[in-house]
Amino acid sequence: MAGDAAIITFEHVDKFYGDFHALKDISISVREGERMVICGPSGSGKSTLIRCINGLEFHNSGVLTVDGIEVFEASRSILKLRQEVGMVFQQFNLFPHLTVLENLMIGPMKVRRIAREEAERTARKYLDRVHIPEQADKYPSALSGGQQQRVAIARSLCMESRIMLFDEPTSALDPEMINEVLDVMVELADTGMTMVVVTHEMGFARKVADTMVFMDAGEIVETASPETFFTNPESARCRAFLDQILDH
Amino acid sequence: MTAQPDIHSPRGRPLPQPAPLARTVDSVTFSVMLYLVIVGGLVWLAYSGAQAMGYNWQWYRIPQYFYTVTEDGFQWGEISLGLVATLWLSALAFLLALALGLVVALLRLSGLVICTAVAIGFLEFIRNIPLLVLLYLFYYVLGPIFGFDRYTASILCLGVFHSVLISEIIRAGINAVPKGQWEAATSIGMDRGQAYRYIILPQSIRFMLPPMTGEVVHMVKSSAIVSVIAVAELTTIGRNIISDTYMSFEIWFTIAAVYMAVTLILSVGVSFMEKRYAVSQ
Repeated sequence: MAGDAAIITFEHVDKFYGDFHALKDISISVREGERMVICGPSGSGKSTLIRCINGLEFHNSGVLTVDGIEVFEASRSILKLRQEVGMVFQQFNLFPHLTVLENLMIGPMKVRRIAREEAERTARKYLDRVHIPEQADKYPSALSGGQQQRVAIARSLCMESRIMLFDEPTSALDPEMINEVLDVMVELADTGMTMVVVTHEMGFARKVADTMVFMDAGEIVETASPETFFTNPESARCRAFLDQILDH
Repeated sequence: MTAQPDIHSPRGRPLPQPAPLARTVDSVTFSVMLYLVIVGGLVWLAYSGAQAMGYNWQWYRIPQYFYTVTEDGFQWGEISLGLVATLWLSALAFLLALALGLVVALLRLSGLVICTAVAIGFLEFIRNIPLLVLLYLFYYVLGPIFGFDRYTASILCLGVFHSVLISEIIRAGINAVPKGQWEAATSIGMDRGQAYRYIILPQSIRFMLPPMTGEVVHMVKSSAIVSVIAVAELTTIGRNIISDTYMSFEIWFTIAAVYMAVTLILSVGVSFMEKRYAVSQ
């Protein structure tokens, strides 16, 4: 169902934190409309990889192109690019001094310069989409973790981004709230949004992923379709990882 | 008839209570009494000391310095005018300090080596000069060069001196905002300026308010130092009255009480503001 045009391309990308080699020669591409799920042990570089896509971190060498724009620190287009790429964080990172509605409106109004009425219409539309229209006037602290994360998803959607990045979106949630967030993400996947998701929720991955990526120690160890990935992974490292997270 | 067990009454063993003596010492009444005894003792000490000196208390002569009502009508007294001058001086100096402090803090946090160096240089230079020396610098050195009058020199001196202290408060407040807020602001496409203005600064206010209150109070009190270059504010007025009347005790007590009233009102006002900012979090 994904198109052919690559919207994100990594070509021999390396990233260092001081002496630490966080990303090692990454070459991978994401097609428009593709849903890619990245998993791997902690410290394997999956968060770093995803954060490079919208320039929250910058790689040190190689070429990273997102939606036709090359990503690098001195780029003039980086602000423009970030508007096209939404990001959902593990810790939600809602703006605690603004109400839910204001959280959704501030990006469109201040960054995209959209009029208040239109921004509010869009905000309410996406609050409906994440099933919490009744929370519009509350402050984030009054919401449960699952609700906060859904607001965070709506906040990204309000920017009308074409690509959505999810960095362990359910890891900080209580177990009973995980599904309400995953349901919203599945619905989003059904709209044909390009999604790159770092997660350990393998049920979700099975349901929506077009491509599974396994990372370990800064390298992409395996890239496969979900059927192959879950039934017959090639590398031993990947098999060991899957055994650990699937059997408990 | 058997009594129905009341499900709302506790069924477990009651916890041991503190001993009666400990309960008395913990009570509010006891604290207030203790406080009154201590303050009363201090007042008595000062009073009896003054009696022993044979000091002639003339409190009845004080009110005229606040206001007078004569046939010509109501008139503000010297202390009242001095208070207004002090408040103006402090307010203008505080606004200057706030603006300059924000600039210094943002320069320091800019991440650009040259800006950080300029900010730290300015900060250390000003912070390590005594306020009195800084005042002389502004009035006797910079004053003639740039043509300040004593009033302008005072405002500039107080503003610059406090700006470095305020810049540290602002910097601490900004750093107290979690890093994730920057990332969230960045990820929706905000540039640095927008992130500061809409996301970071509004949240850092609640971290800045308590130390900022201290700074405002400090500012009002340190404005007294400009009396050495004869700016007609509260302390100068006090000195002038004493040189006319020799009522050192009454006047200095009165002046101290006026400063205290102003700073207490400020503290209480800010604590209301703190509550307001705390609620909206």
